Amino acid sequence: MAKRKKDEILHDHNNDGVDRRGFLKCMAWAGTGALCVMEGGILKSYSLSRLGEISARETAGELSFVQISDSHMGFNKPANPDVAGTLKAAVQKINGLSKPPEFMLHTGDISHLSKPEEFDTVDQVLKDASAKDVFFVPGEHDVLNDDGKSYLERYGKNVKGAGWYSFDKKGVHFIGLVNVMNLKAGGLGTLGHEQLEWIEDDVQHLKSSTPIVVFAHIPLWSVYPEWGWGTEDSAQALAYLKKFGSVTVLNGHIHQIMQKVEGNVTFHTAASTAFPQPQPGKADSPGPLKVPAEQLKNVLGITDVNYVQGRNALAVVDSTLA
Amino acid sequence: MIRKSVCIVGLLATVMVATLLLPAGSPGRSANTAEPASAEVKLDNFSFGPATLTVAVGTTVTWTNRDDIPHTIVSTDEVFKSKVLDTDETFSFTFSKAGTYPYFCSIHPKMTGSVVVQ
Repeated sequence: MAKRKKDEILHDHNNDGVDRRGFLKCMAWAGTGALCVMEGGILKSYSLSRLGEISARETAGELSFVQISDSHMGFNKPANPDVAGTLKAAVQKINGLSKPPEFMLHTGDISHLSKPEEFDTVDQVLKDASAKDVFFVPGEHDVLNDDGKSYLERYGKNVKGAGWYSFDKKGVHFIGLVNVMNLKAGGLGTLGHEQLEWIEDDVQHLKSSTPIVVFAHIPLWSVYPEWGWGTEDSAQALAYLKKFGSVTVLNGHIHQIMQKVEGNVTFHTAASTAFPQPQPGKADSPGPLKVPAEQLKNVLGITDVNYVQGRNALAVVDSTLA
Repeated sequence: MIRKSVCIVGLLATVMVATLLLPAGSPGRSANTAEPASAEVKLDNFSFGPATLTVAVGTTVTWTNRDDIPHTIVSTDEVFKSKVLDTDETFSFTFSKAGTYPYFCSIHPKMTGSVVVQ
């Protein structure tokens, strides 16, 4: 496969192997059908038509999982009258990967109105995925009526507090966080004191070489505070993770793909499987963005993540449903 | 002929007297027969319209969600709290005490408003 010279590292100002200019250029292509793969700090891009080749290379890794987000089961307005259908298309995409992912992460807004039948439908659809284990964190749409009690009844086995927890897979430490509870007027997402103390305790005894993956609904970096796209106290959480050589943060909530790299931390937000939202500041409000029906699947998607032992960063690959 | 005239006059007199006896019409209804005052706030595009609403004591405010996404109405001082409102659903609250009542949408906390009761 021919490497495109212009995607190789040209500007490595931070000496961390990431070419930010190339990164931004690649993200601009993502909307028109390119995949950006960051592997071991080197950024490569491929057109979607070569997805088969990428999967074969990337899944030579040791651990692969998929992130899906914002299924909003129960939403039925013009932006997408069939969110169950697009979730099923996402499952088909997952099942089409040449190596089945070991598990899935769902970064919240599973349901649209926290209704039992909405959660039931998502569980039903996900049963058909090649990855049988799904790890959830709630979005604000999942904890609407009863301070999250029905969410916890369904997904809260072995969690702490409002639903945070951690687990290990093949030497990678996963931390699921909840930043959608007790939101204050005019505020952003919030983790809260109890959860922050738990994070500090949870990672205290881990070796700094342990790769960390944090997943939470609202972005843990300040994407666009005017629209509530950020978390007030995430800096404290990230401070507890400072010692680790590789931290990947996976979020949802904003219904579009965005990435940011800051030192050892890579932040990534996923597309929704239900409906897109406007880019920061490009609309009056962050509501559902209507696109022509034939383009809908181009703006919805899944994220495939691969970990190769010995490589610093996880390879994060987004693909659309089209 | 005269009898007819007398009849007509009599009829007119009755009508005039009847008119004088009618209570004064609205505007400015009396307290006894008045309907409670009401006011509206519309939710659209992640904002409350009007963002600040000024009403008299005793007014019932009705919020209507015209947005294509659900919202809630939650008083920051815990005076009132709606359930989740999907598109076209409403929530009403009657303000019986004067004061300023800031509120927000607990799902989208950047969405804020207030009711000023005078």
